[in-house]
Amino acid sequence: MTQQFLLYPLLWQLFLSIVLMFAWRHIQIQKIISIVGSAIGVGLSVALFYEVWQNGTLVVQAASWKAPFGISFVGDMLAATLVLLTSIAGLAVSSYSAASLIPARLRFGYFSIFHFLILGLTGAFLTGDIFNLYVWFEIIIISSFVLITLGGEKAQIEGAVKYFTLNFLASIIFLTAIAVLYGLAGSLNMADLAILIPQIENRGLVEVAAILFLVAFGIKSAVFPLYFWLPASYHTPPSAIAAIFGGLLTKVGVYALIRFFSLMFVEDVLLDQILMVIAILTLISGGLGAMVQTNVRKVFSYLIICHIGFMIAGLAMFTELAIAGAVFYLIHDIVVKTNLFMISGLIYRIKGSNRFKELGGIYKEYPKLSLMMIIPMFSLIGVPPLSGFWPKISLIIASFDTQSYFILAAVIFASFITLVVVAKLWAEVFWKDPDKFPKKNHFLYFKKMTLARKLQMILPILMLTGVSLYLGFGAENIQQLSIRITSELMNTDFYINAVLPNN
Amino acid sequence: MRTLILKTASDYLLPILLLFSIFILLRGHYLPGGGFVGGLMASIAFVLHAFANGLKDTKKLLKFHPGFLMPAGLLLSFLSGLLPVILQDAAFMTGLWLENPIPVIGSIGTALFFDVGVYIVVLGVTLTIIFTISESA
Repeated sequence: MTQQFLLYPLLWQLFLSIVLMFAWRHIQIQKIISIVGSAIGVGLSVALFYEVWQNGTLVVQAASWKAPFGISFVGDMLAATLVLLTSIAGLAVSSYSAASLIPARLRFGYFSIFHFLILGLTGAFLTGDIFNLYVWFEIIIISSFVLITLGGEKAQIEGAVKYFTLNFLASIIFLTAIAVLYGLAGSLNMADLAILIPQIENRGLVEVAAILFLVAFGIKSAVFPLYFWLPASYHTPPSAIAAIFGGLLTKVGVYALIRFFSLMFVEDVLLDQILMVIAILTLISGGLGAMVQTNVRKVFSYLIICHIGFMIAGLAMFTELAIAGAVFYLIHDIVVKTNLFMISGLIYRIKGSNRFKELGGIYKEYPKLSLMMIIPMFSLIGVPPLSGFWPKISLIIASFDTQSYFILAAVIFASFITLVVVAKLWAEVFWKDPDKFPKKNHFLYFKKMTLARKLQMILPILMLTGVSLYLGFGAENIQQLSIRITSELMNTDFYINAVLPNN
Repeated sequence: MRTLILKTASDYLLPILLLFSIFILLRGHYLPGGGFVGGLMASIAFVLHAFANGLKDTKKLLKFHPGFLMPAGLLLSFLSGLLPVILQDAAFMTGLWLENPIPVIGSIGTALFFDVGVYIVVLGVTLTIIFTISESA
């Protein structure tokens, strides 16, 4: 029974979307099913996490076809952790969207598609087969494309076109890379490939495949110079949707990069150097981009890009400590970025705008809420002892160890620039005396909401803030977890033997 | 455009096409065919009926909104995948088969129900899309 447990979080999300489709016209029922269902989903993911933590990697061969012929699902520590974080972010956003989205958007199967998105994310983390990974990516793209266009405002469609075009391009490149790799190795099972790739004699073509994968996942995870779709599209959909996008979509790309370049394309000097340059430029360009923006959500969009750089930097240095830092940062970033976009939605509800010049004085009106909102921002900067601080320590020590001083400089520069950006944001949005702007008619301001609805919006933020605080104050546990994940990643035999026990 | 010839023909074509789509569905385990193609053919049968007799008549014939077929088919496919997990603690989607084949249909297993689910989903999706487009046109 325990082996089958691996797929329960995945199957549960599929089941939820099906049930939600039956209740197509009944939004109120959908809200309840979605929130309760997401809570059960968190329970299942916690159980999976506990199981993997106690008894090691779980493997399911779908339809009982033996690897490498069938599709393997592998739940190692990294996958289990990310599935858990996905379900936590899913629960938060599910409750948040029930409160903050207007019925016109919810009417066209929002919750059903939302759970398909979570399904795609969970599947992408669990699968051990490259082509299956491609299929999960397609599920993610299709459902996110529906979510980003729901409501059909002009700005939304414009953002969606940019988003879709570039992500579609990434899919094509991904597929091409799969074709090249299959032609070379004759297998698409990740564990099998980990054995086969070092034996291939045509190293040039292996490198080509690796670069194609790097470009495909680079577009998905929005690294320099492939990030332009992200700031062009993430501020257009409602913030509930932007929250799940910002928290998780780019992170799937990072996850795929970590998995591919630690398991299959391991010893490749050229790639390490490319990754290093990409990491440095991503850190700098994302940070500078965030500096000049004057819209809360655009600032957060650029900060996503900037902070992807930390994880790529960890991957580029490729020492045990560096990877542990990258993994810790990944864990921290999913929670914080989801939370930040929900906060931007809360600001929008309070003031009716996200532009700096129409904002101000929130601290005066809602001092307690403002204090709640500052915690995720401080963890974003990495103020000790909050969660952003610890992975940066690991990264900085690792960059001293490997003598990559450019990365060291970029990491410090990006942290500093995040501090400046957040300080500017705090001053503009929370402290500044607001100019008088006419109140919008037909707009549901936060003040006029019912208490239940306010709670539905604030509780998810509080929950994720709590998780953030735990990541900071319980950093020892998380560091232990990251180091265990890293040791599993660095020792590829571990993964291979789990999937192919008779090898 | 409503012609008497098409209208008369569609009355006969509808059951024949539906039967043929089921034939294609059952054939699909070893030979070309299966739930996807079968579902497309079944939806063509209804689309032809709609061309000949108008959308209203076809909707009356169907009795419920085709959108309902999507979750119903998905649920069937999902349960057929889940059955081995519940019954035998085997991996998701493992094929379970009855020991003795049934005449005409052949051997019955979870794969058949999965394909029937696909058939229903494809039928539902295609009809929903085409009905929506022809309603707004």
